[in-house]
Amino acid sequence: MQAFNVLKGLVAPLDRANVDTDAIIPKQFLKSIKRTGYGPYLFDEWRYMDQGEPGMDCTNRPRNEGFLLNQARFQGASILLARENFGCGSSREHAPWALLDYGFRCIIAPGFADIFYNNCFKNGILPVILADETVDRLFAECEVEGYRLKVDLDAQSVTTPSGEQIAFNIDGFRKHCLLGGLDDIALTLQETDQIRAYEKERRISAPWLFSG
Amino acid sequence: MAKTLFDKIWEQHVVSEHDDGSALLYIDRHLVHEVTSPQAFEGLRMSGRRPWRAASAVATPDHNIPTVDRERGIEDPVSRLQVETLDANCREFGITEFGMDDQRQGVVHVMGPEQGLTLPGMTVVCGDSHTSTHGAFGAMAMGIGTSEVEHVLATQCLIQKKPNQMRIVVDGVLPHGCTAKDMALFIIGRIGSAGGTGFAIEFAGSAVRNLSMEGRMTLCNMAIEAGARTGMVAVDDVTIDYVRGRPYAPAGEMWEHAEADWRNLHSDDGVAFDAELPLPASDITPQVTWGTSPEMVVPVTDSVPNPEYARDEVQKSGWQRAFEYMGLKPDTPITGIEVDKVFIGSCTNGRIEDLRAAAGIARGRKVAPNIRLALVVPGSGLVKAQAEAEGLDSIFTEAGFEWRDPGCSMCLAMNADRLEAGERCASTSNRNFEGRQGQGGRTHLVSPAMAAAAAIAGHFVDVREWK
Repeated sequence: MQAFNVLKGLVAPLDRANVDTDAIIPKQFLKSIKRTGYGPYLFDEWRYMDQGEPGMDCTNRPRNEGFLLNQARFQGASILLARENFGCGSSREHAPWALLDYGFRCIIAPGFADIFYNNCFKNGILPVILADETVDRLFAECEVEGYRLKVDLDAQSVTTPSGEQIAFNIDGFRKHCLLGGLDDIALTLQETDQIRAYEKERRISAPWLFSG
Repeated sequence: MAKTLFDKIWEQHVVSEHDDGSALLYIDRHLVHEVTSPQAFEGLRMSGRRPWRAASAVATPDHNIPTVDRERGIEDPVSRLQVETLDANCREFGITEFGMDDQRQGVVHVMGPEQGLTLPGMTVVCGDSHTSTHGAFGAMAMGIGTSEVEHVLATQCLIQKKPNQMRIVVDGVLPHGCTAKDMALFIIGRIGSAGGTGFAIEFAGSAVRNLSMEGRMTLCNMAIEAGARTGMVAVDDVTIDYVRGRPYAPAGEMWEHAEADWRNLHSDDGVAFDAELPLPASDITPQVTWGTSPEMVVPVTDSVPNPEYARDEVQKSGWQRAFEYMGLKPDTPITGIEVDKVFIGSCTNGRIEDLRAAAGIARGRKVAPNIRLALVVPGSGLVKAQAEAEGLDSIFTEAGFEWRDPGCSMCLAMNADRLEAGERCASTSNRNFEGRQGQGGRTHLVSPAMAAAAAIAGHFVDVREWK
């Protein structure tokens, strides 16, 4: 997994609440058995005017010019500014894979759906939760073309172009893994002895869990 | 000290506790399907790892598979590859799979409980958000992403932080014509689609106790649509009677031991929850969603809401987008909305009781001429066989419904069953998101009886007025 330290990036504002993972990456693209290649289909139904299919070359597809990712000023954006309950619905990790493949490394919102939030950390994407009023203000500031933010994971802060620093919270373990780009399977396997000991005890206290 | 049901299961599964407050939790049951597992198996291969305990995992293909002409195989080569990849991975890693030709195949959340793979007190995971379904058994069941699927395969554990806990108490008698689906939609309408974010929800109260296991599964299934990490119901005689005798349930002396243990799986008297919500069952009516989030729901007797009643600007703009997408005007009476297609099935409402409820409405009636397609998709091969033994299939086909093979089907339209742009559907599934049932398709979530009644009438009707 790619580590996340400090990101200075262009912000794209997606002003909708309850953006679900079906919208982030529609179901037909979930038929792929790979982790990569989803970027061109990110927000497919909002981004293009035709029906997208897996493997399609997107360069000449008719675009929905009003959608933010099709606007010149947001090309190269790496920070997505979003509204409440971002990433709700399906557990598909294809959603963070598509965001990452497109180029987003950080999503800022007043709230995220639990499974999506968790999936982000497994893929080097930092989801930042800020207060409603703060997010409202960032949406307003973002109307200025070329609006960029600096996101510092170690310092747990977002810095605006005016130099204002906004603090955010994050779990210690998730921060540690993201800063180091660590594989948490390897970390868990360091606890092999504890897992074995737990299993040994459970085989006696709840044997039916091991009989099937 | 008094404990909640969730506390009890959590404590039994902690392998170790970490400094930041997270815990390594042991996972008893891992259900696997074709869509969210290939990258996890590939990850195992690339790192040279093997499943920690392959016997804890059971797989079945459900999302992609066709519901007609199954003997011809899967026509879509991309879908076919994904299902064949599951078959190959299960063979390679020694995981039991109920493949497309096995009668036990079905929607993973129907198959698991039916086989007794889901047991009270278990931790159950699956790379699917509707894993919350299994909480109906007094289990801790969580949907996970593909990286965590790999993590559980490799380590039999998950790293979790203990969520807050909410109890929703529905007391009283569920009114005639109302079902667990209406209860679930009613709750989501009250707390919102993010109302359960960060919480494990326990559903309690006499109206929940009086639900069958099928009903409890429907209710817990929809907990994720309120954003909850998990939904659960305490163990009682209904749970025990359902589990007894299932193929993977314990038997003999081990059953006695297990049952005695399971009888403790309830929240203790006087235990405090972080949030508690009492709801009288008598307030529940047949529910119909009108918009593009399950929280956009009203009683069938009501109308599409007027934006002047929106809570704030964010909700107002969400409603306006939904009106446009759904092709509906504010204040339109729900019973005035005509539908084009009807879908009865899914992990929410694809069980035998659901099919009986729908057949009860369809019996001796005919699907309205404006309905282009009315699909009944049983949740598993065994549900299908049971329904056929009861003659439900002929009730449906004589009324003009199509009787299909089991799978996820038009709940998410990964196979050929889908809505075309602009088509409107009365659906017993769980999500009414934009494009969920097909790009441009318009979904209204309802109970099985309400869906069948909409198929007969050609528009939404109040099923309470039907005999």
